[in-house]
Amino acid sequence: MDWLIDQIQYWYMWAMPLSGIVSIMIPLFLAVAYTTWLERRVIGAMQVRIGPNIVGWKGLLQPIADVAKLAFKEIIIPSGANKILFLVAPVIMLISAFAAWAVIPFNAQLVLADVNAGLLYVLAVTSIGVYGVIIAGWASNSKYALLGAMRSAAQIVAYEIAMGFALVGVLLAAGSLNLGGIITAQQGEYGLLNWFWLPLLPLFLVYFISGVAETNRAPFDVAEGESEIVAGFHVEYSGMAFSVFFVAEYANILLISALASIMFMGGWLSPFDGLLSQSTMAIPILGYILDNGMHWFFAKIFFFVFMFLWFRATFPRYRYDQIMRLGWKVFIPITIVWILVVGFMVLGQLSPWWGATI
Amino acid sequence: MTGVQILFYAFATMMVLSALMVITVRNPVRSALFLVLTFVSTSAVWLIMEAEFLAIVLVLVYVGAVMVLFLFVVMMLDVNTARLKEGFISYLPVGIGIAGLFGGMLTYLLYNMQASDVQTKMRSLYPPAPKPADFSNTEQLGEVLYTVYVYPFEIAAVILLVAMVAAIALTFRRRSNRKYQNPDEQVAVKRDDRVRVVKMDSEEKK
Repeated sequence: MDWLIDQIQYWYMWAMPLSGIVSIMIPLFLAVAYTTWLERRVIGAMQVRIGPNIVGWKGLLQPIADVAKLAFKEIIIPSGANKILFLVAPVIMLISAFAAWAVIPFNAQLVLADVNAGLLYVLAVTSIGVYGVIIAGWASNSKYALLGAMRSAAQIVAYEIAMGFALVGVLLAAGSLNLGGIITAQQGEYGLLNWFWLPLLPLFLVYFISGVAETNRAPFDVAEGESEIVAGFHVEYSGMAFSVFFVAEYANILLISALASIMFMGGWLSPFDGLLSQSTMAIPILGYILDNGMHWFFAKIFFFVFMFLWFRATFPRYRYDQIMRLGWKVFIPITIVWILVVGFMVLGQLSPWWGATI
Repeated sequence: MTGVQILFYAFATMMVLSALMVITVRNPVRSALFLVLTFVSTSAVWLIMEAEFLAIVLVLVYVGAVMVLFLFVVMMLDVNTARLKEGFISYLPVGIGIAGLFGGMLTYLLYNMQASDVQTKMRSLYPPAPKPADFSNTEQLGEVLYTVYVYPFEIAAVILLVAMVAAIALTFRRRSNRKYQNPDEQVAVKRDDRVRVVKMDSEEKK
């Protein structure tokens, strides 16, 4: 009997994280699929077009049709390509985009891995994604792919530094590397004014713009500018291998949005938290909506994803040297200066963000 | 064998094998990629030893930044693999000698258990007792690094900065025929700088 209980406990120990992984992965895949739909609809609306509207109601089945189409296409492996690395490259990108979700807190209790170095973990895991780009370019055995990989990898590495510095500011302000801890550090009596976007405004802007550059999105999409060059590092990819790159890209967009909302916009905190009294929060349905919770987190992610799409429809593409200049000569100095400012603000216990007890 | 032990042996084997591949594989790009794999498995082993800060920083710095730049260089170079292989036999004795030396030192440490001080040293080689869940490795390291070891830390940082500045100063050549773009001027541009309105009488049709 004891043996059986041991066995059950042992398998339970393995099954719990597994079920957690599955319950993050499946919604994430769906979110990725429907972000592509959203992108096409939103940009369509902004450019006074209709966008996909034939497959399903309002075109809602379009992503599924796309997946079905791509799944049945042949994956062409170029002659002279390194077959293993060629196929591993998109998977590496996918792994790095998905693994980071393990430490994302969805509300006060719901987090798969509540590790105390969560911020570092996210930085480390996302930095592995560059290998997908480099290996894809190199293993394709194509000049265009190699040069495209060089361009986008240089861009990703450059903006990762600015991004890392912006996150150093956040960790300085929150005094914690745990993502849940960073969110609770933003709790206070002034609701959304207590969040870090206000004292860390330059870092917030640098972080989000770097995030756009990091995911190779417009206006930083020189790696795959549709109207200029073929496709950058993934020219030689087709079918499912090609689409995996895009699943990774959209998963990264969602991740950057989630991280921006956790670190600067209070994650699952409600903007009215602290402003409204406890009795307001006790009203049956309205109170639940106004109170802290997962829905605020998703609303913030949606807002940032919408910003990504809006940028794409609005801004003209940067030239490559302008991208490099912005990353190295503008963003990095801004972040270094503002880290010092944040240090002084924390030392001076500037209220309402620091000093006052919650 | 517990789960942790299985993980340890898996990652340790992967580490040793990929380290071997780094020096035996012909293609320099593959060799660099195997070095990345070595770093990743080392980081996993460190994670098992509860050194989570070091493990994550290894991935962040070496895998995420250093090796990427390394791969850049290796991919751009047309390395002649035959030339690289040439000295293999002549360097082999020296290599075996150094490997033997390190192996000997390790075996001596691990098997020489007579003296009591070695025994106490050996204890420090055992896996440490698991820390409570809220124990922050990062905080502990930071506290020591910025108090007891603040001078070595700062000096190391300055040396790295000097090395970086020197490397850039040595290789940077300002070309005279380059066309620059000054964003300040571009932003501050006025209508008068670009447009000249010419007043002239309209011509009459003859």
